[in-house]
This record gives sequence, structure tokens and C-alpha cells, in this order.
Amino acid sequence: MASKSLFLSPALRLALLSMLAFGVVAAFMLIGAGGNWEFVLPFRGAKLAAMVLVAYAIALSSVLFQTITHNRILTPSIMGFDALYLLIQAAIVFSLGIDPLGETGNVNLRFAVEVILMTGFACLLFRALFTGAAHSLHLMLLAGIVFGLLFRSLASFVMRLIDPNEFLVLQDRMFASFNAIQTDLLWVAATAIGLASLVAWRLRRRYDVLVLGREIAVNLGIDYRRTVMLTLGLIAVMVSVSTALVGPVTFFGLLVSNLAYVSAGSSKHRWLLPVAVLWGVVFLVGGQVLLERVLELNATVSVVIEFVGGLLFLFLITRRKL
Amino acid sequence: MAASPLEKHAHAPDKARALSSSWVALPILLTVALVAASVAIGAGDFSFAALTAGPGSDAWQLLMVSRLPRTLALLLAGMSLAVAGLIMQMLVRNRFVEPSTAGTIESATLGVLVLALLAPDTPVFGKMLVAAGFALAGTFLFLGLLRRIPLRSPYLVPLVGLILGGVVQAVTTFFAYRYDMLQTLHAWTVGDFSGVLRGRYELLWIGAALTFAAWLAADRFTVAGMGQQFTTNLGLNYKRLTFWGLLIVACISSTVVVTAGSIPFLGLIVPNVVSIIFGDNMRRSVPWVAVLGGLFVLACDIIGRLVVFPYEIPIGTVVGSIGGALFLFLLLRGRSRGE
Repeated sequence: MASKSLFLSPALRLALLSMLAFGVVAAFMLIGAGGNWEFVLPFRGAKLAAMVLVAYAIALSSVLFQTITHNRILTPSIMGFDALYLLIQAAIVFSLGIDPLGETGNVNLRFAVEVILMTGFACLLFRALFTGAAHSLHLMLLAGIVFGLLFRSLASFVMRLIDPNEFLVLQDRMFASFNAIQTDLLWVAATAIGLASLVAWRLRRRYDVLVLGREIAVNLGIDYRRTVMLTLGLIAVMVSVSTALVGPVTFFGLLVSNLAYVSAGSSKHRWLLPVAVLWGVVFLVGGQVLLERVLELNATVSVVIEFVGGLLFLFLITRRKL
Repeated sequence: MAASPLEKHAHAPDKARALSSSWVALPILLTVALVAASVAIGAGDFSFAALTAGPGSDAWQLLMVSRLPRTLALLLAGMSLAVAGLIMQMLVRNRFVEPSTAGTIESATLGVLVLALLAPDTPVFGKMLVAAGFALAGTFLFLGLLRRIPLRSPYLVPLVGLILGGVVQAVTTFFAYRYDMLQTLHAWTVGDFSGVLRGRYELLWIGAALTFAAWLAADRFTVAGMGQQFTTNLGLNYKRLTFWGLLIVACISSTVVVTAGSIPFLGLIVPNVVSIIFGDNMRRSVPWVAVLGGLFVLACDIIGRLVVFPYEIPIGTVVGSIGGALFLFLLLRGRSRGE
């Protein structure tokens, strides 16, 4: 990596990647639009905005999570965080009903409550997994994945407790997917992500130190506990946003964060974070363009991501050096 | 290596002998009670008193066509899946392996989907055979992967299996989505016994027969679990043993997938609980694993039927919740003791 960075500076790499991302976005908006702009622009624009937000949230949260865990394989979704969000969402609908406050404004309020609960539970889950006696990476990964499976089962269990006649309708309305992006949450999602990333950006130099490991970071005067807990809060916000918009995608974060490590040409977070975000946009939007417009395949991009990401994950955990 | 958490309860056979003589009545009584409960629960009117009216009555009809087949199907599926898990754990020498953590179930599902796309009119027995073929191939892929990687930790084995299962499932979902079969796919991936009627579950008897065969061959599988050299030294053909063992597992898994859909973690929890109580002698533990497997599935099904009565929660969801929690408990139990 060091030898490669002699050829291209991080800034140049970032610029090239931005151009690629811009091209992909343009392709998404323009290919096959057929001149019907009044319909196409708002329709595709909302979809694009959601995808960019999701790519942004997943990329950022994955890199930050890997920084605070000092590990390039763990991501929030692999550790069951987005399944946890599904469970919280289901539990809220079950206990309060889908419209506890009438029609107006409650989407945003419910989202806020969900995010707050999510932050609390994510911190609990994190502590349960990372403060045990022995730190076996494989045990943590396995436990995280099983937590994810458990949360998903529990979420559908709770959903089934609601009147089964309404269940399917509710499921469609509550649980987003790449085919049913929840665009009504766009504004509140954008605000939440904007605030979270502002905080993360202010902390970027601390993260450069944090990635060196707990002992070194403490030695260099970082308030380790506070920074980690604060970051977990940010991660919880971003996971909530992405899961609320498109549902859980297990391996996307792993894919873009590892690509960022290889391609950023620097291990400083001021380069890593934007590069990861741009790769996220390229993959998500580009994948959609490729699948829907170019190959004209009736397929959803998340399935392809799970396939490729799963293979990458297998490769990463089975490598000799870990 | 992977064997380290296996040998924890090696001293237990003596304990097992003492326990099994006094405890043998309890699971039998429990099974009888749960079978009676399982038969009695349902949306239709049914009482055991009504049965006295004779074999022609409505109550008999209900019992023989719907209630009894369902209860039998649950028992058979639970017994055979739990034993399948035990066989896998012996052969792979890892406590956390079972058909749903080794890519077996997901491969069987892929097989069912491929058949549904290419030859939708195949009879159910043919479906099972194709699913079993896919399941076997998936399991060997898993074993091949394990052979290629250095196994530094026993947790790596189920981890690889779960992710491999996820990758296979992504392929399945891709095709199901393309050909508009997501709804059908859902029926195979979430176990549900509510559709079981007479004539629709008989395949599970094959699984039960295979379970019995596995019991007869239990000592051999225990030997195979000791490793290739050890097995060969004792004059047994290791490769053939492994193949037959995994074939049994693949067939059992596919009978359940074809009949009711997948039931996750069952083959993992039951053998582990049995080995905590009774130790690792496979021949002795097979009956216990089978009985407890049947009991567990029956109990979960009854829970799923009672919670939202008269509707139902599919058993895949109930077992996924209870089983997932137990799996985590088994995983993290060792950690808190500092192992």
C-alpha cells in the first residue's frame, strides 16, 4: 500500500473516486429517462437520495465501528445491530400500535424514539460482547451473527402477535427493502445523519489515535471510554437510519470499508471516511443501474451485495493472518 | 483444534447410567402429556370424550386427518433433526455444527427451488431426493472449505457454515425474486406445520427410519469422530463412514424442508443439552437426543399455537427465538468461565 501511495496522493484518489461516483449518479438519473422529466426527476431523485443516505450511513458506521473495535472484519450489521433495530421497531408497533399519535408528524417522532432506544440497546449489546473475560474474535463474530438471527426471529415473533390479518399489510409498511424504500423518512434521516457525521468529523483525529489500540490511545491522552460510547451512539443513529430506509443489509459495510482501506492510500480518517462513503455510493447506485437498466435483470441489488459480501467475509475470516 | 470443547464431559457415562434409570420415566410421561395437548389444541371443536362416539364421528375424522398427522410430523421431525445434528457434531468434531449452521438446509432449499422452476410437477419423493442431493453437495462444499483453512478456533467452523449458508441463500433469493417465487420460498425457509394433513407428512417416516439406522451405527460415527487415522487403525473405512453419515443428515434435513420448512438450531441445542447432562457416549445419548428433540419441537409448536390462538406463529419463528437464545447461552457460557 505504501508503494502505491507514491503514485497517487490520497486527495487525487478521492477526486477520481468522486468523479466515478458522480458518473454513476448521473447514469442513474439519466439512463432510460425518456424525456419525461416531470415524473422522472422527483421519482428517481427521492430514490437516489435514499440510496445515497444509506450508502453514507452504512459506510461511515462500518468504518467507525471497525475503528473502535480495532478490527476490519466486524461491522454493526454483522454484529446484529440492524436486526436489533428491526426488533425495536416491531416492539414499538406492538406496544403502541402503528399510529399512536394520529396521522400527523408521528413518523418522525416514532423514528426519534426508535433511535433513542436503539442507542441504549446497542450500547448494552456492545458491552455484552466486548467486555467478556476472553477476547476471541471468532466467538464474538459468531455470537454477533447469532444475536442477529435471534433478533430477526424475535422481531417476526412480535409482528405475529399483532393481528395476523394486519400482519402482511404492516410488514410491507413497516419493513423497508430496496424495492420499497421508505422515502417519507428522507428529511429526518438526512438531518440525523448530518448531525451524526458532524460529530464524527470533529472526532476524526481522535479516531486516528484510537485505531492504534486501547492502551496506546489511553497513553496518548484520549478519554477512551467516553469516545467509544459517543461513537457507539453515532453508529446507532446511522444504523437506525439505513435500516429504516432500506432494511438490513448484512455485508455492505464490510465491502465498502475494506475497499476503502485498500484504496484510500492513507489510514487517516479524514481520507478513509469520504472514500468509504463514495465507494458505498458507487456500489449501491451503480449496482442498481447495472442490474435494472443495463442488464435489465429483475433482481434486487441487496441480494447481489449479500452474495459478494458473504464471499469476501469468508475470504477474510479464513485467511491465515487475522 | 476444533475438538477442544468437545471432551468436556468425558467423565459423564457413570453419571448417565445412574441418571437414566431413574429419569427414564419423566420424558416418557412428558411426551405423552404433550402429545395429548398437541392433539387437543386447535381451532376446530375437539374433545377426547367425543371420540367415544366411534370411528365414524367428526371427532375421529378430525383426529385422524389433521391432529394426529400434525403431532406425529412434529415428533418425527424433531427426533430426526436432533439426531442429524448429533451425527454432524460427531463427524465434524465441533459442538456448534448442525444442518442450519453448515449450509445443508440452505442448499436443500436451493434444490427445492431449482426443481420448482425446472420441473414443478415432480412428486414429493423426487423433490426430497433432489433436495437431499443439493444438501449433500452443500455439506461437502462446507467440509471442503474447512479442510482448506487453518482451524484456529472451534467457533470458526459454525461461522464459516453460517456465512456459506447465507451465500447459498442469496443465490436462492436471487432466482426466487427473478421468477416471482419469494412467497413460495418463504414457505420453505420458515418451518410451519399448520399445513400438515394425512398424506402430506409421510415422508418424515423416512427420516425416522434413517434416525434409527443412525442409532444402530452410532458407535461407528463415534469412532469416525476420533479422526481419520484412528478410524483406519480400528479397521473402518473413514471416507465411507463420513459419506454415509452425511448422507443420512442430508436426507433427514431435506425430508423436513420439503414437508414443513426449516427449523433452525434444533440439532444444535438438543445434543448439547443432552451432553451436558449425560456425557458424550453417542450410542447412549441418541435415544435421549431423539426424545428431547421431539419434546422440544412439540412444546414450541404448542406455544406457537396458543400465544395467538386461534391463529398460529410458525414453528420456525418460535424455535428461532427460543433456540437462538439457547445457542447464545451455550456460546457465552464457556466465555464467562474464562475458557
